[in-house]
Amino acid sequence: MSNGILVFAEHRAGAFNKITFEAIAAAQQLGTSLKQPVTAVVLNKDAGLAREIAAFNFDKVISAENDKLAEYTPDAYTDAMQHVVRALDPRYVIMPHTYLVRDFAPKLAARFGRSVVSDCLRFAADDGGSVVFSRRIFLGKIDADVVTEDESPVFATFQSGAFRGEQSEKGTGAPVESMAVEIGEVRMHPEPAFQEVKQAVDLSKADVIVAIGRGIKSQEHIALAEQLAAALGGDLAASRPICDAGWLPIDRQIGSSGQTVAPKLYIALGISGAIQHLVGMKNAGTIVAVNKDPEAPIFDIADYGIVGDLFDVIPTLTEEVKKLKG
Amino acid sequence: MKIIVLMKQVANKDAILRINKAATWIEEADLTYEVNESDGYALEEALRLKEKLGGEVIVCSMGPTRVKSVIKDALARGADRAIHVVGDELAHIGPFAAATILAEAIKGEQSDLVLTGLQSDDYGFAQTGVILAELLGMPHATIVIEVDASGEQLRVKRELENGWYQWYTMPRPALLTIQSGISQIRYATLKGIMAAKKKEIREVTPASAAPNGGSHQRVTKIYFPEKTKQTQFLGNGDAKAGAVQLAEKLRSEARII
Ligand SMILES: Cc1cc2nc3c(=O)[nH]c(=O)nc-3n(C[C@H](O)[C@H](O)[C@H](O)COP(=O)(O)OP(=O)(O)OC[C@H]3O[C@@H](n4cnc5c(N)ncnc54)[C@H](O)[C@@H]3O)c2cc1C
Repeated sequence: MSNGILVFAEHRAGAFNKITFEAIAAAQQLGTSLKQPVTAVVLNKDAGLAREIAAFNFDKVISAENDKLAEYTPDAYTDAMQHVVRALDPRYVIMPHTYLVRDFAPKLAARFGRSVVSDCLRFAADDGGSVVFSRRIFLGKIDADVVTEDESPVFATFQSGAFRGEQSEKGTGAPVESMAVEIGEVRMHPEPAFQEVKQAVDLSKADVIVAIGRGIKSQEHIALAEQLAAALGGDLAASRPICDAGWLPIDRQIGSSGQTVAPKLYIALGISGAIQHLVGMKNAGTIVAVNKDPEAPIFDIADYGIVGDLFDVIPTLTEEVKKLKG
Repeated sequence: MKIIVLMKQVANKDAILRINKAATWIEEADLTYEVNESDGYALEEALRLKEKLGGEVIVCSMGPTRVKSVIKDALARGADRAIHVVGDELAHIGPFAAATILAEAIKGEQSDLVLTGLQSDDYGFAQTGVILAELLGMPHATIVIEVDASGEQLRVKRELENGWYQWYTMPRPALLTIQSGISQIRYATLKGIMAAKKKEIREVTPASAAPNGGSHQRVTKIYFPEKTKQTQFLGNGDAKAGAVQLAEKLRSEARII
């Protein structure tokens, strides 16, 4: 009978990324709840990184090895993971919800005739061993509890920030097992990853950021937010749709595919608060949200909130700030 | 080049969402719908590729009769013909079932490219495209932000996290999931709207909404997320008063002014 939890440890450029440790914490907590052992799997050309992660509290670490795993491709990763999952027959396969995992995990699950319980925030396990996963839907506005009727394996991914990396438990040194995995034809060929030419604006050092979202409605209205930013001595930034529309350059985009910032003050105007935006600004000192929808998820992380029309708020706030600054 | 674009209809982004009595989904009775954001960009990319390289753009949408509005809009923007996979429950099936039905509906087309948006704004599974590629035996790339289809092989630029990018090369036919912002979306012209009336919409009715039995992920309950932070709400419905109070708080409490 299938048993145990397999956690996928993601790495890039020779290091595990931060969210891998969050996935480890999730897998360990699931293992504790279900009284099942946790195994980690590292895909690579050799065992170097697998030995590094063996410091965590695992039953064992599988180092799935093949020269074709030297760089990420969905074909190679899917074949390798399929091999490992068939060999270990786990009940659950836990992965971080990263761009890389999004790229191959559905293909892997499809090989088992199912999909992934993707982008989860939490789980609740009962004594009988059944697990309810909670995932966020409608761009963060609503939570859904989800159960799966699948036989093993159940594939699940956890969203960035759902678990804390520090909660992953260290162990006494887990045994590392090398597994030579078979990989068929790899059809896609990657070129080296790169960053766009140096960004003109570096918002990571800004003290005050005034950020606009789709609620600003049109390009002409951006001047309003600019005046507020000027009054506060801050910088202007935006959510993705504003940059997608070409109203502001991409180097002012905050979020998972833009910049990550931690100013003293972040004012979000007409931004709903999708996770991909939140990951870029949630560490700001003081967060202000202005939104006409009282249920907008941005309020969940705001220190101060105004439920109302941003076109009423911005001019008044700009005037008041100017007055107080004298 | 023959390109199929998969487009999903989702609840309007500005709609106020209410939870239904059974707490299993949102109240749909008075909901307004629109095309899923990234799917709109997938269509735009397909139209641009056709303008450059010639060929045909076929739009495919799955769901109840209401999805016809998405189809008609795509035809008005320049798609050549459409496939409507019809069924009331098809808006609520999981990604594996969706991909299975879509594979059946489009496989006879022998297309060179299949484009989808990178995820839907309602369920947000981010899987249907990738599973479909597997079922059709095609290579794929996700979160694509640029497509070069001029050569023998397809070359695509993928977005990675934190401002990193990477180019991938792969043979055709292939499936790409398109990221919002890949280009600026055109509006439908009056001429396009008139021309759309004569374009073919082929209807397909799948044998079963759950082609392979059991449910892989069943929603048992939906609810508004619990708030984790104590937010001070200002103005009590009066936005201007809120702004005055906020300026004062930024000075006295947050000490930023
Ligand atoms: C792989 C991936 C990567 C992504 N990367 C990023 C990223 O880096 N950064 C990013 O921001 N997003 C990113 N996104 C997109 C993200 O999921 C959201 O779609 C986006 O953040 C939404 O932007 P928004 O809040 O401005 O728009 P919307 O979600 O449309 O929200 C607009 C808000 O404005 C409010 N509003 C409207 N009118 C008014 C008014 N008059 N007064 C007050 N409030 C008003 C509405 O109530 C609503 O809450 C990414 C998505 C994916 C899938």
